[in-house]
Amino acid sequence: MSHADLTQYLDYALIAMLLAVGFAIVRLRNLFAVVILMGVYSLLCAAWFVSLDAVDVAFTEAAVGAGISTVLMLGAMLLTARESEPAGAGRHWIAFIVVAAAGAALFFAIPDMPVYGDPESPANAYVGRMYLEQVPHDISIPNVVTAVLSSYRGFDTLGEVVVVFSAALGVMLLLGFGTGGRRREDGED
Amino acid sequence: MAPHLILQVVSKLLIPLIVVFGFYVQFHGEYGPGGGFQAGVIVAVAVILYALIFGIDAARRTIPPVVVRVGAALGVLIFAGVGVATLFMMGTGEPSNFLDYDALHPDQGHHSGQHYGIILIEIGVLTTVASVMLAIFYAFAGRVPDIPDEEW
Repeated sequence: MSHADLTQYLDYALIAMLLAVGFAIVRLRNLFAVVILMGVYSLLCAAWFVSLDAVDVAFTEAAVGAGISTVLMLGAMLLTARESEPAGAGRHWIAFIVVAAAGAALFFAIPDMPVYGDPESPANAYVGRMYLEQVPHDISIPNVVTAVLSSYRGFDTLGEVVVVFSAALGVMLLLGFGTGGRRREDGED
Repeated sequence: MAPHLILQVVSKLLIPLIVVFGFYVQFHGEYGPGGGFQAGVIVAVAVILYALIFGIDAARRTIPPVVVRVGAALGVLIFAGVGVATLFMMGTGEPSNFLDYDALHPDQGHHSGQHYGIILIEIGVLTTVASVMLAIFYAFAGRVPDIPDEEW
C-alpha cells in the first residue's frame, strides 16, 4: 500500500503544478511567455499520464502538445502582437460564473466515478476486458494500445487520419499552399 | 549568421538522431509506446528544427512544399488502400471486410496478416501526420519574414 500512497502524492504535486501554470497562463499578458507556459503545461500533463500508466497518451501529449503545438503557436504569434490586450472587467465575471458552474458540476459528479484502477469500472469491464483477453489470440503483438488502435478500431483510426488531412487542407486553403505570401511579395518587389 | 553558430552545430548533430528516434518510435510501436502519430510528429519536428535554425528557404529546398502536399494525401491513400486491398485478397480463404488484415497473409497461426496490416497502415499514418504538420508549419512560416536576430 505504501507504494500506491507515494504515487498518489506525486499526482497531487503534478496537479498542483498544473494549477499554478494554468493561473500563470491566465494572468500573463506576454504572449511569448504564455506559449512557452502552454508547452510546460502539456509536459506536466504528459508526466501525469505516465504516473497514471497511460504511456501511449503521455507520449502523444509530449510530442504533440509540448512539441509541435508550441512551435505552431510561436509561428502564429509571429503573425500577431506580442502582448494581449487586457479583457474588460465585465467579461471576467461572466467567464468566472461559467467556469464556477462547470467546476461545481464536475465536483458534484466526482462521487459517481469509479475508484482509480477499478477492474469493474465501465471503461475496464466490457469491451476493454475483451480486448485485453483477445489480443494475444487475435493479433499477438505485445502493445494492446497499438492492437486496438490499428486493428480492432482501424476504421476509427482511418477517420482520424482523414481528420488530420482535412485540417491541413483547411490551413492550406486559408493561408496558401506553403509557398506563402512572402514569395509573392518578393515578386512584387 | 554568426550568432547561430552554436545552434547550427548542435542541431546538425541532433536532427539525424531525432529522425532515427522517430523511426524507432514508428517501428517499435507494436512492442512499446508509440506509433504512426507520434513518429510522424517527431519526424516533422526534425524538419521544423532545421527550418528554424537554417531558415525556411533551406528547409523548402530540402523538403519541397509539393512533396508535403502529395505526402499528406498519399498517407490517407495508403491507409484506405490497405482497406480496399483486404476486400479483394483471400488470405483467409473467404471474402473479408474493409481493414480486416487477416486477409493480407494466409498464415493465420502467427497472425502475419495482422502484423502486415498494422505496419502498412502505420506507414500511412506516419506519412500523413508528418506531411500535415510540415504543411501547417510552412503555411504559417511562409507568411512572416525569418525571425529577426534581436528576438533570438
